[in-house]
Amino acid sequence: MIISSKLIKILIHMILIFIGLIWIFPFIWMILGSLKTNTEFMISGNPIPDGFNWENYSRAWIDANFSAYFLNTVIMTVATVIIVVFLCSLTGYALGRVDFPGKKTILGIVVGIMFIPKGYTIIPLYELVDQLGLTNSLFGIILAESSGAHTLFVLLFTSYFATLPKEMEEAAIMDGCGFVKTFFKVMLPLAKPIMATTVIMQFIWTWSSFLIPTVLTISKPELRTLAVGMQNFVGQYSTDWAGMAAGATISLLPVLIVFILMQRYFIEGVAGAVKQ
Amino acid sequence: MARKNSNLSKSIKSRQMWAYIFILPQAIVFLLLSLYPIVMSYVYSFYSWDGASPLTDFVGFENYTELFYSSRFWGALVSTIIYMFGTTILGVGASLVLAIILNANNMKGKAFYRTIYFIPVVATTAIIGVVMKNIFGVDGSVNQLIQSVGLTEKPIPWLNTSTLAMTLLIVVGTWKNLGINMIYWLSGLQSIPAELYESAQLDGAGFWKTLYHITLPLLKPILLVILLLSVVSGMNAFDLVKTLTNGNPYHTTETLDLYVFNYAFGGGMTGSTTRMGYASAAGVMLGMFTLLISGIFGLITMYYQKREKKEASR
Repeated sequence: MIISSKLIKILIHMILIFIGLIWIFPFIWMILGSLKTNTEFMISGNPIPDGFNWENYSRAWIDANFSAYFLNTVIMTVATVIIVVFLCSLTGYALGRVDFPGKKTILGIVVGIMFIPKGYTIIPLYELVDQLGLTNSLFGIILAESSGAHTLFVLLFTSYFATLPKEMEEAAIMDGCGFVKTFFKVMLPLAKPIMATTVIMQFIWTWSSFLIPTVLTISKPELRTLAVGMQNFVGQYSTDWAGMAAGATISLLPVLIVFILMQRYFIEGVAGAVKQ
Repeated sequence: MARKNSNLSKSIKSRQMWAYIFILPQAIVFLLLSLYPIVMSYVYSFYSWDGASPLTDFVGFENYTELFYSSRFWGALVSTIIYMFGTTILGVGASLVLAIILNANNMKGKAFYRTIYFIPVVATTAIIGVVMKNIFGVDGSVNQLIQSVGLTEKPIPWLNTSTLAMTLLIVVGTWKNLGINMIYWLSGLQSIPAELYESAQLDGAGFWKTLYHITLPLLKPILLVILLLSVVSGMNAFDLVKTLTNGNPYHTTETLDLYVFNYAFGGGMTGSTTRMGYASAAGVMLGMFTLLISGIFGLITMYYQKREKKEASR
C-alpha cells in the first residue's frame, strides 16, 4: 500500500514523533531524574537536571544494595539462558532430524501443554525447591526459571533443523563424526540464527522475571534480583526519588541496550510466535 | 545383502537411541518442573494447608465453595475481566493502525519507529510499575505538569480512586504491550502478497478502498490469534498490578493473580495466616477462566474458518 499525499505523510510523521516522545517519556523521565537531587525532584517542574548528581547511583548501588541485586540478576539470567538453549536445541534436533517412535506424541505434548489450565504452579515449585534444599542459593531460582515446555523455542529449532540439507549430515558422518559430534560440530553452528533468537528472548524474559524471584527470596533478601529489590523503594526509601530513578536506570539499561543491539532476532522471534 | 540391512537398521536404532537421549534433559525438566507443579497445584486445592505443616487436612471441595461465596474473589474476577477487555480493545485496535502506517511501502524511518514503540515491551514490568507509581503519584510529574499549565488546582489522586487506578492500569498495560501486537500485525501484513496491492492500484482503488477490501479481510485469521494472545496475557496480569496499585484502593484493582498471591504469600504483610490450599483453588479457577475464554475464542475462529471455506467452495 502506498500513502501518496506529501502533506499527509508529513502529518503522519509529526504525529508518530509526538506520540513516540510520549511513548518513551517514562524512560527519559527516569534517566533525567536519576541525575537530579531530591529537592530538585520535589520542587522543580523542569525535567532537565541542573547538574549530574552521580551520587544517586552510588547510593542505589551501595546503600540500597543494587550491586548485589545486579550480580544476582546477571547470574540468574545467564545461567537460565544457557540451560534453555541447551535443552531446546537438543530437543529440537532430535525432533527435527530423527524419525523415532513416539515423536508425534512428544510434539503433541510440547504444543498441547499451552492449553492446559495451569493452576498456581509457583506454590508446588516453591515446595519442590525447598525439598531439594536449594533455597539458600541462586540455583533454586535458576532451576525454577528454566522450567516450562519452551514450546516456541523447541518448535523454532525443530523446523530449522528439519530444513537443513541431508548432505551436511552425511558429509560429517563420512568424516567419521558420530551423532553427537555431528550435532555439536556441524549442525548446531548452522542454527546460529535460532540460537540468537532464543538467547535474546530468554534473556529479556528472565531478566524481567518477577514472581519466581519474589517468592523464592521471601526470606532470603541477599538472593534478590533487580526487579524484586526495586520494590524496596516503594516502602522505606519512598522519599528517595532520585535514588529510585537511579535504581530503575541500573535495572533497565542493560536489557534496553541488549534489545536495541539485537532487536532483529527478538522481533523475528515474536513474529515467529504468531506464525507457529 | 542381509548383513548390509542389519547394519542399516543398527545405525537407525542408534540414531533413535541418541534422539531419546537428546530429549531426556528437557523431558526431565518438563516432568519435574512443569508437569509435577501443575498436578500438585490441583492436589493442594483440595486441602486446608498453611504451606508449612504436613499435608493431612483433606477438605474436598470446601476451598472452592468458600471461593464461591467470597465477594472479594468475584470482585477480583471482575477487575481481571475489566483489565483484560480494556487492554485488549485499546491495544489490538491501536496497534493495527500503527502497523498499517508502518507497513506502507514508502514510509521512511520504519525501523526507527518500530524500535521506539517496541521499547516498553522489553522493559521489566516490575520496574515500570514502580516508575509509573512515582510519575502518577499525588506530587508526581504528571500532577506537577497539569497543575503548572493550570488544568486543575488540586492534584489528581490517580492511585487513590478506584476508577482512575483501574484506568491507569489499563493505559500502562496497553502502553507496555502495544509493541508486541504491532509486530504480530506487521507479520500478518507482510504475508499479504504484493501483487494484490499492485492490481488494486491498477484498478484505481485508493488507500481506504484497498484497506477495506483487501487488507482487513485478509487479516481476519491473524486477528483471532492476536485477540487470543492478548486475552490470555490480560487474564494473567500480576507484575504490573502488584507493583503499580497492589490492588489498592481497598482491593478494587485486585486482579485474580494478585488475589491468589495475597492468600498464598501475603500472610506476612497482612498478619493473617497463609492459606496455600485456598490460594491453589483460586489459582485453578483462574486457569479455568482463562481456558474458558480462550476456548470461546477458539470456537469463534473455527466457526469463521468453516464459514469462509463454505463460501470459497460455493
